[in-house]
Amino acid sequence: MTRLALRRTFLALPTIVAAATLVFLLVHVVPGDPVDVMLGESAASVDREALRHALALDRPLAAQYARFLAGLATGDLGRSLVSDRPVARLVAERLPATLELAFGALAVALAIALPLGVAAAARPGTWLDRGAVGFSLLGAAMPSFWLGPLLIIAFAIELRILPVSGRGGPAHLLLPACTLGLGMAAILTRMTRASLLECIGEDYVRTARAKGLSRVTVLARHALANALAPVVTILGLQFGALLAGTVITETIFAWPGVGRLTVEAIQARDYPVLQGCILAIAAGFVIASTLADIVNAALDPRTRPPSRRP
Amino acid sequence: MRGTGQIRTAAALLAALACLAIAAPWLAPEDPGRQDLGATLAPPSHAHPLGQDTLGRDLLARVLHGGRVSLVVGLATVTSSLLLGTAIGALAGWSGGWPDELVMRLVDVLLAFPGLLLAIALTAVLGASLRNVLLALCLIGWTGYARLARGEVLRLRGREFVEAARALGASDRRILWRHLLPSLTAPLLVQATFGMAGAIVAEASLSFLGLGAQPPTASWGTMLNDGRAFLLVAPHLTIVPGVAIMVTVLALNFLGEGLRDRLDVRPPTDLWR
Repeated sequence: MTRLALRRTFLALPTIVAAATLVFLLVHVVPGDPVDVMLGESAASVDREALRHALALDRPLAAQYARFLAGLATGDLGRSLVSDRPVARLVAERLPATLELAFGALAVALAIALPLGVAAAARPGTWLDRGAVGFSLLGAAMPSFWLGPLLIIAFAIELRILPVSGRGGPAHLLLPACTLGLGMAAILTRMTRASLLECIGEDYVRTARAKGLSRVTVLARHALANALAPVVTILGLQFGALLAGTVITETIFAWPGVGRLTVEAIQARDYPVLQGCILAIAAGFVIASTLADIVNAALDPRTRPPSRRP
Repeated sequence: MRGTGQIRTAAALLAALACLAIAAPWLAPEDPGRQDLGATLAPPSHAHPLGQDTLGRDLLARVLHGGRVSLVVGLATVTSSLLLGTAIGALAGWSGGWPDELVMRLVDVLLAFPGLLLAIALTAVLGASLRNVLLALCLIGWTGYARLARGEVLRLRGREFVEAARALGASDRRILWRHLLPSLTAPLLVQATFGMAGAIVAEASLSFLGLGAQPPTASWGTMLNDGRAFLLVAPHLTIVPGVAIMVTVLALNFLGEGLRDRLDVRPPTDLWR
């Protein structure tokens, strides 16, 4: 088990380096000159050269890449073009807010999806089941940039029971977390239901029922434990998507996290900060899917690679 | 037959949406760019059934024209990524060896990013425009089709009918085109249907962030962004384009599910969430 966890963690490193390389290439090789984009085409050539030098764009690509990787290894992501502060610190300052939002959304998604999915699978074909399926269809089709404003209209403007935007106590977290978490709740509800329905049809469930265990015990102890593995895999993948979704949710709710910083960096054409934000979110994505793999192996021995000793 | 009714309903709804988008210039009560600064943020009225926006432009005209943007971007993204991805994936799976290894590692790296994040980064660097949104969505979108096509080709290339075709003297190209490609259509069709829903949401997301359609072009994403500052006084600015996006995505997801049940295909990977 520990071996698997180590192996998986070790395998995640090249993925992060590859992702970093892609981000580097994005800024350095994509057609069009970032200096042009930043200063506009009418800028004085002295200013352009100065910026080119500041970004080390006047050096060969390989040298720039080496410098970028060396910086990455020591946690140096360059400095902001706007505030001249270290990018790593800017991102680190915003990270807690984003994590708070992402875990809040995860909690919302799980709180809806697990009970709803289990209830739907336990009583297939009933109105509850149909309602769960309808919810997962609607939830998946509802973009967060629409749901967020709708929730603001309903709960902050009409009912006046929750704040419109900003970060503060749990009341501030509720609307953004629901906005970000609902799409995930829809996917997880559907996954839990489908996975559990499949497990309920298995022989071991029939055996457990035949030896006299109650419906609830069989469902909770036998079927659910097996049904959760694919749910955890999806959870890992979706958590990364959740992190990417913070860019939109944080914009809607003026939430001071990495997503908002990304949009600010785009608007200010602050490329080092943009690069740092994207790297942070991509790293979060890789970490989440790695963790999901490890948890999955703990839950389901069948997904572990065969051990060398018998 | 399972899924037939669902396919019919969804297809009819999509056909209706497509007709509305195509006929937008004739159906719209007025030009989507025509401003009426005396009636900014006006609620729905007889002359403007869905109300007017921040510059007094007719919301019905804008939502109809916005549908053109969404459907064109969705269709163009899916068509080009489907063609590109299938070609790359099928060739990689067929040839095996280092080309296959190279393509799959590239796909892995691209899939190590959440699709939306990569699209945001690409359009931010390339510059905000619908053309760049399309480019970014294609650069990411082909991976899903490539993975699918490669898997299917790998699965089928050892089958007897391929061996039989080869024994009869068929060239590699003929086997790929005439024997393998037809077996790929069902899973690719299902993936493309879900992919179109994803592309439409992705375009709207990027336009919402100001990275897609630029004013004065009417797009559902930009309309939602415009409405964000006026939730208190003019909620119709937000409600109208949102309903349009949701109905379209719902119809596409519904069609995708119907096709999947009908054609018995495994669920595809969702790239954009």
